[in-house]
Amino acid sequence: MAEIKNYTMNFGPQHPSAHGVLRLVLELDGEVIERADPHIGLLHRGTEKLAEHKTYLQSLPYMDRLDYVSMMCNEHAYVMAIEKLLALEVPLRAQYIRVMFDEITRIMNHLLWLGAHALDIGAMTVFLYAFREREDLMDVYEAVSGARLHAAYYRPGGVYRDLPDSMPMYQASKVHNAKAVKKMNENREGSLLDFMEDFITRFPTCVDEYETLLTDNRIWKQRTVGIGVVTPERALALGFSGAMLRGSGIAWDLRKKQPYEVYNRLDFDIPVGVEGDCYDRYLVRVEEMRQSNRIIKQCISWLRQNPGPVIVNNFKVAPPNRESMKQNMEELIHHFKLFTEGMHIPSGEAYAAVEHPKGEFGIYIISDGANKPYRLKIRAPGFAHIAALDEMARGHMIADVVAIIGTQDIVFGEVDR
Amino acid sequence: MAANLNVLTDKLNSIFTNQIVSLENTLSELTLVINAIDMLEILTRLRDDPDLCFEQMMDLCGVDYFTYGSDVCEGGAYLKSDFVPEAYPSRFAVVYHLLSITHNVRLRVRVFATDNDLPILGSVVNIWPCANWYEREAFDLYGIVFTGHPDLRRLLTDYGFVGNPFRKDFPLSGHVEMRYDPEQQRVIYQPVVIEPRELVPRIIRENNYGGVK
Repeated sequence: MAEIKNYTMNFGPQHPSAHGVLRLVLELDGEVIERADPHIGLLHRGTEKLAEHKTYLQSLPYMDRLDYVSMMCNEHAYVMAIEKLLALEVPLRAQYIRVMFDEITRIMNHLLWLGAHALDIGAMTVFLYAFREREDLMDVYEAVSGARLHAAYYRPGGVYRDLPDSMPMYQASKVHNAKAVKKMNENREGSLLDFMEDFITRFPTCVDEYETLLTDNRIWKQRTVGIGVVTPERALALGFSGAMLRGSGIAWDLRKKQPYEVYNRLDFDIPVGVEGDCYDRYLVRVEEMRQSNRIIKQCISWLRQNPGPVIVNNFKVAPPNRESMKQNMEELIHHFKLFTEGMHIPSGEAYAAVEHPKGEFGIYIISDGANKPYRLKIRAPGFAHIAALDEMARGHMIADVVAIIGTQDIVFGEVDR
Repeated sequence: MAANLNVLTDKLNSIFTNQIVSLENTLSELTLVINAIDMLEILTRLRDDPDLCFEQMMDLCGVDYFTYGSDVCEGGAYLKSDFVPEAYPSRFAVVYHLLSITHNVRLRVRVFATDNDLPILGSVVNIWPCANWYEREAFDLYGIVFTGHPDLRRLLTDYGFVGNPFRKDFPLSGHVEMRYDPEQQRVIYQPVVIEPRELVPRIIRENNYGGVK
């Protein structure tokens, strides 16, 4: 009888379905995975070390670059940790704006996940559908912060500025004549809130469209049902969080269980899976998009009725407004000190976690009273998930590894930090 | 949450009476400091005791307290060779962030490694399997060795990397840089050519500086 030897295969680091720079060393028995050894760190930029050498405000834009598909949620955990150490009370309007943008971010993240996941396992159209809606949300990001992706919009003590009264509009060009542009600009005539209102009324129908493409699709089910099953006990032991934990049937969501900002005033439900396979996690995330839509709706109606400040009136933390900075000596000094020396945070330590689209995203800051953190640790949800890839992929085929990477919603910006 | 913390404080005090080094409740977060020698026993109990039930370890991170509380700059790095802060018994510590889903409460556990030159702690992989990669990360970045870890390899740094980059005596710009050498027609490593520079100095002000709490 011929001697049978396991075959070792290298997957990545440049592979379209590795979602970035993942290198997997797969030990195969035929086409069945015996062992998967992920090699990460190809995108390691040392964010935590860099933050030790920057003032608190200077490291804020680094947070966007961690999980670069859900930017504002990363910032949120960071500013919450600083606010906890400073014992800052954030204005209510700022809290609502943050919650609204957290949920916009969640939809953006899930749309990218859905499109990429479906593309990985053979459904091309979903990607095009999902990016159509994602583009509108990008425009909202741009309208509020000036950047489509790396917003740097949240600040310790609030948000950088209030919501704008107008949306950017399309201009007529060689491709689109004046009539076409007028139609494209139809929902952009009003404020940002009007645009979002229009978005949330049409978005549930869009989710229905994605579902018609996938939910009862025979091929989609063959690729996801029973793949990457995780029992609730294992999910807890492996440090899972977010949709990975809820997909296994554990109703744990920080927005409900340890509510931060104004989540305890909002009405929404937590979808939970049953089987703990890729298909259940798909269903959970799709339902999360619908729930986010509900939350945004409530935020919009509150924000319409309640104008007010969006950042604390404490010049040691937040800059004075531009006008008074130009006119008063006191404000000018505060502005100068805040942007050169930066804010000082009393010595101590704090851990702040948010329900990030991918799971629990936490920031742990140790401060020794300086203007820079002594130690900043980023608890990235994807790190624990990719660590469990070996266990989830064992006994599956190579093609299923792609489905499992997709269902884990891996983004290397946060895994490698 | 606040009520949960008080209950937890009482439970911890009664269960681990004489093993606790300190137990503090600051900013609504509970921090438990324990000795390295009985860490595995306490951490196992934290997971298994029905009154505690910390099923999840959310985070494990290494900390280097080498220059804690120092803002004296020597040659681009904040180093004082003889500086050991009094509040901290030794240089390296590992901080565990535990979460109990049953009781909806969090706990931070800090363990100091007694030896500063070769920090060694017990591995918690057998208690929480997810610790595997977190310990590899702490080993990689801080050089903390976890005894009993099944596969203690580097995780985040490059293949063949030398040093522990997150230690406070490791410069931000590193020791080596990489470039393509046209003569040898391959990528080579060479000592870094950039000078370390500090744009904003690290400053520690006295307490309540400028009226901030």
